[in-house]
Amino acid sequence: MTNPAIADPHAGLSPAQLAERYGLRMAGVRPSLAEYTRKLWAYRHFIGAYANARLVASFSTARLGQLWQVLTPLTNAAVYYLIFGVVMGSSRGVPNFIAYLCAGLFIFNFTQTAVLNGTQSIISNLGLIRALHFPRACLPISVTLTQFQHLVASMVVLAAIVLITGEPLTLQWLLVVPALLLQSVFNIGLALAMARLGSKISDLRQLMPFVTRTWMYASGVLYSVELFSDHLPPFWAQVAHFNPLLVYIELVRDAMIDSAPLSSPPAQLWLLGTTWALLMGIGGYIYFWLGEKEYGRG
Amino acid sequence: MAEQTGTIAAYSALPNGSAPERIPTVIADDVHIVYRVHGKGGAGANTPVASLRRILTRRRSPAIREVHAVKGVSFVAYRGEAIGLIGTNGSGKSTLLRAVAGLLPVTRGAIYTDGQPSLLGVNAALLNDLSGERNVALGCLAMGMTPQQVRRITPEIIEFSGINERGDFASLPMRTYSSGMAARLRFSIAAAKQHDVLLIDEALATGDVRFRRRSEQRIRDLRAAAGTVFLVSHAIGTIRDTCERTIWLESGVIRADGPTADVIKEYEQFANRK
Repeated sequence: MTNPAIADPHAGLSPAQLAERYGLRMAGVRPSLAEYTRKLWAYRHFIGAYANARLVASFSTARLGQLWQVLTPLTNAAVYYLIFGVVMGSSRGVPNFIAYLCAGLFIFNFTQTAVLNGTQSIISNLGLIRALHFPRACLPISVTLTQFQHLVASMVVLAAIVLITGEPLTLQWLLVVPALLLQSVFNIGLALAMARLGSKISDLRQLMPFVTRTWMYASGVLYSVELFSDHLPPFWAQVAHFNPLLVYIELVRDAMIDSAPLSSPPAQLWLLGTTWALLMGIGGYIYFWLGEKEYGRG
Repeated sequence: MAEQTGTIAAYSALPNGSAPERIPTVIADDVHIVYRVHGKGGAGANTPVASLRRILTRRRSPAIREVHAVKGVSFVAYRGEAIGLIGTNGSGKSTLLRAVAGLLPVTRGAIYTDGQPSLLGVNAALLNDLSGERNVALGCLAMGMTPQQVRRITPEIIEFSGINERGDFASLPMRTYSSGMAARLRFSIAAAKQHDVLLIDEALATGDVRFRRRSEQRIRDLRAAAGTVFLVSHAIGTIRDTCERTIWLESGVIRADGPTADVIKEYEQFANRK
């Protein structure tokens, strides 16, 4: 492309040398993990605003509006109580089955929706991704934050149900806060990982509802957790007790419901909960970061 | 490629072309882009039986097709330039812009950019259920502004977009907007920030005459503030008014690169011949 007729100061330089001389950087190169984290932090306002915007948008066409935030968990709890508590009678061995069921249901639902929406978070925002530049991790994180806001509404409903069914209000309830924080970190990591998988494997969207449903049955949401050690061989019972969702559900049950049966002693539950949060949180984040430049491809 | 070298020589001979301080902002070095398209299979390719056979024989799905959209494009863009990209439909213009923006990886070759180019297209989807005002705030945050900056700039953006000319539309959900209004708002959001390199894809095609004039002025302002602007448009008039340099892309290859008047003359001859 050089032209000998004109005195060009850039003559003789290859494009790469020219780029280096003026400090240009190659387009579409992944930033380092530290730089990525810094950028993500700079975008924290966007994450918050986007989470809020999605929350508002999700109810904007419903006539009852934000009331659905409370109505949805209540309706869910009513349906499951009718089927599993009344019709099938799985309440055997659990003194306060309604509270026990609702705690499991709402905590499980937090992870379930975070996973399902996380899987979709890249695919359904391709327009935004192709138009603007921001760390893509903003999307799965803000999806999880939206679900966290739903969870807070659910927890108010849960507190009411627990109190109405005659459990005492104790200082131990405060333990719900660290338990939910650990679960949130776990969920963010999981949503990040699922977002990358979902962006590559479009069939995941059809598959995920089955995975989460199976996970729900394995997490002791609908029946007493004592059934694990009663009916499974010791090794598999132990494996079932490592299930992160079982751990988070039990932590909340232990904090709010006095009579709830536990699968493992509380100290072990806290250890497991922290380990899972760290593993999933850091692992999911790194896994998502590795694919940063693939998002938004045709 | 005789045409190409000819026009480049003509361009470099321009007085502003040989100005001493020409700082490159975008360098494309023999860029090839191949991308895969999903779900474009013919009839019968996606039946359950066909899918199963494909899985069993481990063959690539015929629904995935490779498209070689850009074939060896090289150019250097300098600070303060506004460059028009023209070409018939499917000639690879939008694909090239996406790659410059770093949103589509190049298959071969390299693209070097100064800072972070921003692509502004009519496809930039915001949340349709939210009010125009909230979308403005969201868009600005997504471009990396701080909440203080966003608060300060939001009225300006609404004002510039002119969506409030027929009553208070800014507080209505975006799904109630006409397509022209939505496109104007998107352009206004992206143009609010000082970009090092701004890439505009057909954004000016929508909107009425008054808005078009205003946005052309805005592009000139952005250029004056030492940025580089790329503009993809089928409206030759817009290119002629805003860009002094034009790249003509045809089937993923540069046919001509030079002063707008020359390139457009060639392009129109080509288009009329067809």
